Amino acid sequence: MARLARARSVFRAIAVTVVPAAAALDDGAWRDLEAIVEDEIAKRPARVQRQILALLRAIDFLPLARYGRRFSALDRARRTRFLHALEHAPVLLLRRGFWGIRTLVLMGYYARPAAATAIGYRADARGWEARR
Amino acid sequence: MSARRYDVVVVGSGAGGGTVAQALATLVREGVRVLVLEQGPRFSAAEFTGREREMAGALYHDSGGFLTADGTMTLAFAHAYGGSTLVYTGTSLPAPERVIRRWAVPGLDHGDLARRCARYLGENNAHLLSPAELNDNNRLFAAGARAAGYVAEQFPVNVRGCKGSSLCNLGCPNDAKQGTNRVQLPAAERSGVEVVTRAEVLRIEADRSLTVRVSEAAPGAKGHPSEWVPGVHQVIARMVIVAAGAIGSPALLLRSSLPLPRALGRGFTCHPALILVAAHPRPITNDVGHPKSYFVDRAADERFVLETCMYFPFTTAKAITGFGDSHAALMRDFTNLQMILLLACDRAVADNRVAVDAAGRPVVHYRFTEETIGGLVAGTRASARIFFGAGAERVLAPFADPPVLDRSASGDIDSRITRRGWLPGTITVSAAHLMGGCAMGRDASDSVTDAWGVVHGLPWLRVADASLFPDGLEINPYVTIMALADRVAEGARRDLAALAD
Ligand SMILES: Cc1cc2nc3c(=O)[nH]c(=O)nc-3n(C[C@H](O)[C@H](O)[C@H](O)COP(=O)(O)OP(=O)(O)OC[C@H]3O[C@@H](n4cnc5c(N)ncnc54)[C@H](O)[C@@H]3O)c2cc1C
Ligand code: SF4
Repeated sequence: MARLARARSVFRAIAVTVVPAAAALDDGAWRDLEAIVEDEIAKRPARVQRQILALLRAIDFLPLARYGRRFSALDRARRTRFLHALEHAPVLLLRRGFWGIRTLVLMGYYARPAAATAIGYRADARGWEARR
Repeated sequence: MSARRYDVVVVGSGAGGGTVAQALATLVREGVRVLVLEQGPRFSAAEFTGREREMAGALYHDSGGFLTADGTMTLAFAHAYGGSTLVYTGTSLPAPERVIRRWAVPGLDHGDLARRCARYLGENNAHLLSPAELNDNNRLFAAGARAAGYVAEQFPVNVRGCKGSSLCNLGCPNDAKQGTNRVQLPAAERSGVEVVTRAEVLRIEADRSLTVRVSEAAPGAKGHPSEWVPGVHQVIARMVIVAAGAIGSPALLLRSSLPLPRALGRGFTCHPALILVAAHPRPITNDVGHPKSYFVDRAADERFVLETCMYFPFTTAKAITGFGDSHAALMRDFTNLQMILLLACDRAVADNRVAVDAAGRPVVHYRFTEETIGGLVAGTRASARIFFGAGAERVLAPFADPPVLDRSASGDIDSRITRRGWLPGTITVSAAHLMGGCAMGRDASDSVTDAWGVVHGLPWLRVADASLFPDGLEINPYVTIMALADRVAEGARRDLAALAD
């Protein structure tokens, strides 16, 4: 968990804004989610890994100028507004950056078998047989 | 290091390479040595668990997350014995006459391609599924299209003993899909063609030698070990047939110090796609049954094609625009979701191209033209009409703000879904029909190969995969790729004797 540990509070704050249901995860489920994200980050070149961490830190500190608080200390409505602004930023680099973080969060959350079961996803190698 | 000698070396074992391997097998009986080098491993159906992340990591380049240079589109392609046919859905359509005529490649005749397509459609058991095999997701598409005034056609699919697990894009756990891994490659091997997996060709030299890196299987990783000892090998060939796919082939040739035409890498197209979803008021069968049975072809008039599709939880979540409550609400309704894959029919432009970075890795430069964006907007509108026509209550429309329309907006589709909503980097665009980069054409001034896949100026070097397409195909491409590869193999059989050692 070395890389994500350095930005855990902002990462979790983003995660619960992107997927509100993540707020209800217990410690074990957070560990699963973060292990997926960590593993995914580890596959990227060192330069990209640094960029991801820098973006997470930037997301934490940028709201200071506007709201006088870090992202992780904002309420849900302000977090949502801030991320929405980032998602639609005039600069492609920022939009791309947010899209990448959003993708990591969605992967961490929805690639867990527990999340797939929770939304009712039941694909099975036995196909129709499994439903009869 | 001593070099191994072969008469013909085929690079890649996907739709193109697998076809060439089988079509050259008759030569083996005459003493000709044919080798296929494939970067990916061999897999067994038992290894296909259907677990999204695990399978994407094992089968796809960059786990399916390979991005274009500006990061606005994801390109999906596989590395495996069988190439991307291992992960394709198996919809099987012949080359459209209108498109082949528009390509205007001297010496390439639609009638010839059509005959070859028909042969491979038969060989791969392409057929229409019976009504009893169709799930609600497919039936609703056909009904919605009818209600909205579109013509929905049924796709032939190339399956034998399909159980309807809906996992085609993660590898078929039932060996039902008739990809080159099931049909052409085993036939080639039975006839004596040698196939070596985990063998990546790094470069091809002008003396017809190939530098090949054979990789070891990582501990615990899926896939069989290579047939050769891990390490770097030299291979010398009389003829080299490159079939490494629309990214792999241009990238390999660009890494090689060969006198190649300037068009190399250029004219890349990919049918940029959006996964669109809509929530019905009740659960439907969507994650059981073959995922893809119908399509609406508006390529000629509106530059898009719509297909039924069904994706896995993370892929679906990534495709749904936005985040927070509205996103979560659609995901919570997963059992009620109908899905449509919208493909824009993009046209070749020189600047959309495959290049390589300093380390020789592929980089794809792609800019969305106004026509392509127009196809995506028109296709999103048509999908919304089909979804509402099928009875959906909420429809994902990435070009609208907010991006989810409820039924009350079904009369305002044209005003709500507009070009103004296109902002690259906010909408998840992905593509799996990768085409072009080694285009066929007249001569080295306009293309890379002739109509038989022979690289201009290098009779010993040929291309036999989707990179041959001089422009987009506007339908699912694998059968056309097989037909073209079959021609390349015929040319190779004809010309091999004339090539000196
Ligand atoms: C998810 C998905 C679904 C699809 N569904 C359909 C469908 O339903 N119908 C349809 O018609 N098409 C479909 N397609 C597209 C179709 O699969 C491809 O167009 C087709 O397989 C391309 O054939 P190809 O030979 O050009 O490349 P590929 O099939 O991709 O094969 C290229 C092979 O070359 C190997 N290779 C690359 N570089 C090297 C190297 N340097 N050395 C050695 N080997 C190398 C790769 O590992 C790969 O195995 C789908 C594709 C995807 C990804
Ligand atoms: S739906 Fe049929 S072809 Fe597709 S993975 Fe399942 S059994 Fe195989």
